[in-house]
Formats: sequence, C-alpha cells, structure tokens
Amino acid sequence: MPTLIFLYFAAIIVVTAALVVALRNPIYSALSLLVMFFHVAGLYVTLHAEFLAAIQIIVYAGAILVLYLFVVMLLNVKRDDRYNRQGPVALFLGAVLLTEVVLLTASHGLTVASPGPAADGERVAGNTEAIGEVLYSTYLFPFEMASLILLAAMIGAVILSKKDIMESKSS
Amino acid sequence: MTVPVEFYMVLSGLVFLIGLVGVLIRRNLIIILLSVELMLNATNINFVAFSAHFGNLAGQVFVFFALTVAAAEVAVGLAIIIALYRHHAGINVDDFRLLKW
Repeated sequence: MPTLIFLYFAAIIVVTAALVVALRNPIYSALSLLVMFFHVAGLYVTLHAEFLAAIQIIVYAGAILVLYLFVVMLLNVKRDDRYNRQGPVALFLGAVLLTEVVLLTASHGLTVASPGPAADGERVAGNTEAIGEVLYSTYLFPFEMASLILLAAMIGAVILSKKDIMESKSS
Repeated sequence: MTVPVEFYMVLSGLVFLIGLVGVLIRRNLIIILLSVELMLNATNINFVAFSAHFGNLAGQVFVFFALTVAAAEVAVGLAIIIALYRHHAGINVDDFRLLKW
C-alpha cells in the first residue's frame, strides 16, 4: 500500500514536471508546477517530514509560485515561444544522465547501504520540534548565513528592478 | 517506511533530468527559471528520502537551506527578467547576445 501511494505521487510529479517543460503558455507551466509542488509535499508527508511539507506549500506554492505568476501576467508574454536550437546538446546530456540512472540502478541491483542506527530520540519528539533543535544547535551558523543570503537577495532585487536609478540620482 | 529509498532516487533523477532538458531547450526566461526550480525540488526529494532512510534530521535541515537559496534565486532572477523586459521588450534568451562570442 505505501508503494502504491508512492507510485501515485511519483507518476503525478514526473508528468507535471514534463508538462512544465513542454507546455507553451507560461501560465499553464506555472500552474502545473503548482500541482507538482503539492504532490512533492504529499511525498514529504509519507516520509514523516511534516514540517517540510507545510513549508513546501507555504513557501513554494504560496510565495515563489505567486511571484512567478505575478511576473508572467505583468510582462504579458506572447505565447508563440519556440524551442531553442540546443536540442542536440539537451538530448546528449539527458541521455547521459538517463543512462547513469539506469546503469547505477542496474549494477547495484537497487540496493543502498542498510539504514544506520535510527535516532529514536528524535522520532519520539515531534518533527517540527526535532528540526528546530537541530537547526538552532548544530546548524546555527548556516542558519544565520541564510538570513544574510536573503538580505543580499532583497537588496539586489530592489536595486535591479528600480527604474532608472542613475537618472533619478543625477536629477 | 516500506518504500525502498532507490525509488526516491530514481524519481529524483528523472525530475532533475526533465529540469536540465528544460533549461537547455526552452527560450523563454521564465520557463528556464521554472526548470531550475524543478532541479532544486529533485535534490530536495533526495535529501528528505535519505533523511528518512538513515534516521538523520540533517537532510531536512539542508532542504530548509535549499529553500532559502531558491527564494533568493527567484527574487533576483525575476528582478533581472523585469529589468531585461524594460530594456529589450522581450524575454527570449536568443535576443540577448551582448556577451556572446
């Protein structure tokens, strides 16, 4: 039964991911990416990562994708968008990656090292509480760095999208 | 957790593959950024699957950081797209050849 649920999520994820690349209208691409984000969140729930599932929906589907849709509708993109001439390169790289996946799964016979000692202490506590404890103790410095990255992105976005910053300065 | 972790690896590899092909063959800048999101999500699936497999929460913390970087990338990328649209009235990547040899 869990395998069946996984296969459902995986099939929807792969199909909607292919639709993101294949559809010509950017709005339809963004909406199929929305469906994919929801199913990835469902996959996280089956993996007992409930906090990440909630974050996936709130941040990806709620913030990032709305930003995409906003820009698509702001720019009024024409839909006669054709494919690039880099098709052979894409085909080559895709074939290399695909054979890598097939060879790795075939040669190792679909076996990964047995799971290590399960940290049962973390399993008893809630997922959110456990993540919070790890995040604010072991990964405190990367967490602060993440805030710095967000600050830099915020300043960069404001400066990039500001209209005629040089002219307003000179006038 | 009865689903073997290899299934998640294959799924993640497929999604990453689709994202890579999308970056290479599409000409619309917005679709290219969406394909980058696909690749980021593929790595996130791998992180969470191995986190559940080994019973280690570090993978989920790294998904958190990948999400931060994705948000920053979207903000800057969409700002660049809007700036390009103002100057060139289009977001077709073939129109931007100033830095091409």
